[in-house]
Amino acid sequence: MSLPYLHIRDVADLVEAINSAQAMNKPLAVQGSGTKTNLGRYVAQDQILSLKALTGVTLYEPEELVLSARAATPLAEIETLLAKNNQQLAYEPLDYAPLFGQPSNNGTIAGALAINASGPRRIKAGAARDHLLGFSAVTGRGELIKSGGRVVKNVTGFDLSKLVCGSYGTLAALTDITLKVMPKAETEKTLILLQRTERECLNLLRQATASPHEVSGLCMIPAGQMEDFDQNIAALRLEGPEISVASRCESLCLELTENDLERTLLSEEESKLFWKKIKNIEPIKACDGQIWRLSVAPRDGIDVIESLQSAGLPIQGYFYDWAGGLIWLAIAPAPHAYAKIIRAIVDQAGGHGTLIRANVETRASIDVFHPQPKVLAQLTSRIKFSFDPACILERGRLRAEF
Amino acid sequence: MSLIMPEREPQIMSGRELLIEKLRKILPATSLIIDETGRRAFECDAFTMHRALPLVVVLPETVAQVQAIMALATEMNVKVVPRGAGTSLSGGSMPLEDGILLVLSKFNRILEIDYDNRCVRVQPGVQNLCVTKAVEGQGFYYAPDPSSQIVCSIGGNVAENSGGVHCLKYGLTTNNILGLEMVLVGGEILRLGGAHLDSELYDLMGIITGSEGLLGVITEVTVRILPKAAVARCILLGFDSVKAGAMFVGTVIAHGIIPAGMEMMDKKTVEAVERFQPCGYPLNAEAVVIVELDGAQVEVDHLANVVRQISQQCGATTTKVSMSETERLQFWAGRKNAFPAVNCIAPDYLCMDGTIPRARLPEVLERMDELAQQYGLSVANVFHAGDGNLHPLILYDASKDGDVARAENLGADILRLCVSVGGVLTGEHGVGVEKRDLMSEMFTEADLEAQMRLKCAFDPAGRLNPGKVFPTLHRCAEFGMMHVQGGKIPFAHLPRF
Repeated sequence: MSLPYLHIRDVADLVEAINSAQAMNKPLAVQGSGTKTNLGRYVAQDQILSLKALTGVTLYEPEELVLSARAATPLAEIETLLAKNNQQLAYEPLDYAPLFGQPSNNGTIAGALAINASGPRRIKAGAARDHLLGFSAVTGRGELIKSGGRVVKNVTGFDLSKLVCGSYGTLAALTDITLKVMPKAETEKTLILLQRTERECLNLLRQATASPHEVSGLCMIPAGQMEDFDQNIAALRLEGPEISVASRCESLCLELTENDLERTLLSEEESKLFWKKIKNIEPIKACDGQIWRLSVAPRDGIDVIESLQSAGLPIQGYFYDWAGGLIWLAIAPAPHAYAKIIRAIVDQAGGHGTLIRANVETRASIDVFHPQPKVLAQLTSRIKFSFDPACILERGRLRAEF
Repeated sequence: MSLIMPEREPQIMSGRELLIEKLRKILPATSLIIDETGRRAFECDAFTMHRALPLVVVLPETVAQVQAIMALATEMNVKVVPRGAGTSLSGGSMPLEDGILLVLSKFNRILEIDYDNRCVRVQPGVQNLCVTKAVEGQGFYYAPDPSSQIVCSIGGNVAENSGGVHCLKYGLTTNNILGLEMVLVGGEILRLGGAHLDSELYDLMGIITGSEGLLGVITEVTVRILPKAAVARCILLGFDSVKAGAMFVGTVIAHGIIPAGMEMMDKKTVEAVERFQPCGYPLNAEAVVIVELDGAQVEVDHLANVVRQISQQCGATTTKVSMSETERLQFWAGRKNAFPAVNCIAPDYLCMDGTIPRARLPEVLERMDELAQQYGLSVANVFHAGDGNLHPLILYDASKDGDVARAENLGADILRLCVSVGGVLTGEHGVGVEKRDLMSEMFTEADLEAQMRLKCAFDPAGRLNPGKVFPTLHRCAEFGMMHVQGGKIPFAHLPRF
């Protein structure tokens, strides 16, 4: 069944569309290129609000490290433009599309922000939310608002940019965004350490985060989880001027391995390819089951995995990013997605678990997002109502209550 | 410019004795300041232009006491103003005559240093610099470094989203905290984040950071610590025009270099600094720039050379690269002394805090000079050049009739100028009461209402730090916080406020 599409032409249309949806009590799915419809709770919406027409970079000043664009500007277009000027989005937006069998690199900038999708470099450079300087949007009340600005240092009023990142379009439909952009490193290399247990690999990664060598990617892939690697690996990315990368790489090797460990060094090209795979969550791509994303304290990552294993979970595959603080987990499908067991274990460590991939029935029946304590849940609902009292935007996408 | 604060509520004033009686049951005598002399000490924060005598000052020591105070305030419908170390430059913790001043300076303990997860759990009254002091032995530090870092508190840093000189590379407070505990209006506890790196659903920590004490009372903060860079070197530069200095700064960034810090001072500031405590700044320069590079030794040496070359292309009249740690600190000493040094050239100054797109600097400074002349005042400039944060210091003499008002009006004009070139009212000092009435220069009514509704979601009765940030106070009900359609409230089962 295809839903009615509301193709808005401009912001005025958007205001009108949201107002009339409110008047008719017909909830809207907010879409750019539609690459993220499989994420979040499943609730049938009445209409699709397509922001496709809102495209184009409206301001780009490389020397000021700032870029503004309309909401549905393809992320690929922005990344290409930045690359031409040796710049990038430092948080390395991750891409869920390959997990859903879709072509990668097809999303919009607002979509990438709305799910706060941060890749491997998050551990050094911050998350998507740390790079959104300002935005304009139409709230669920049908009001056009703006927040923030185009400068990095700004504490004028509440920082609503943080709130819209990760809100899945439930508070407001973004129309324009302004991002902090950063220089691309001159070169990069990745040090791969082999022949250690999982725990040892993760300890090495954490040891590296205590070093002054500015490691910008720290992941651990269990044996056999990734092509070309038949043993456990710890991967550490170094970026910067050539001379600095070489020197830091040497120091890091000395400090971490005391020269007795098998290792390989990925060249710039190999390193880029490797981290692209991590950013696209490819080590577990071949698994056909349900996929969870667990965010925990870096030290506790390994304990969480061991607890899940001893609980007898049908694990198909997993790997760690962010020095152990982010776990991508694939399990054999079940209607309940083992949510209770997984969350009980995550709760012990402190953190949260999000069900990323599961069928519609499962996503309609269990909490896709980690349940919140009462005080936080009530506050979360009140914030939703303050922006969208009639729950017209993405009703039920985050929580059954709104 | 007179400051209009929310009207004193007679029922609060007349209920003072009862309030004190009830506070005595919550707090030991040493945590309660009732007498006028004692309260006078708290009548302002570092924004000293406006003062008010707080109704009563409380200095709780435990979270349970904070909860009880907040519950009591709600029960008696009394206003509460939270305060950390009292270093706000915008009057964020300026007391209210009919409000409890809740001071968190007894929350002064570091609770846990978690090297494994690179974070530290602290109470809000811990001074910013103490975090670095506690972990530097292991090679770590806490990145945000506001100038007041020896006294300002972490809780206040969170409330104001404090910055410092290293923001361009290392971010503000909001980019460097992982967890928060907060007591809400009514006394409930809200816990957010922890040692993990990201939040799920709405990022309340992001909203609370920089909320200027309007949403709750922060009782614990988990900050991220970073390994100290291997080396740092400074380059001291002089230029014969501000324009040349600004061009240099832009060119450095265009080369893909993000220095750890990049500061600019104008001639007036340099003169003041050299009179206060000479540190070798070139007195013949119209603009002095300090660039700090940090990282691996080879990288820093390499980039120092690149920066030196750029400076020559941009016509630098002085270029000195620090050859030792002592020399690096000496380059910084003048900049760090800049604010007190300005008192050598004027009895009083008002420190402004706008941010502008960096490229607009020359025209903004020119226009600022014109404005200053119109008011018969002068301005010295200190500028976080890397991130566009401008600190014009308006020089005046409070003993001269009308000078205070002139300084305030000039300040307002300068901030309007910042907004008109695409900048903002405040980069790191906060809105507080100082810039409150200028908010509509930057925001529409709808923009402000969206923010005020968020305030209502946390504090429906508007009892927490009222009169700050927002120019006009509305009752939450006026915003249509409840959307009633056809007589039916959506999702009626949910708790409302």
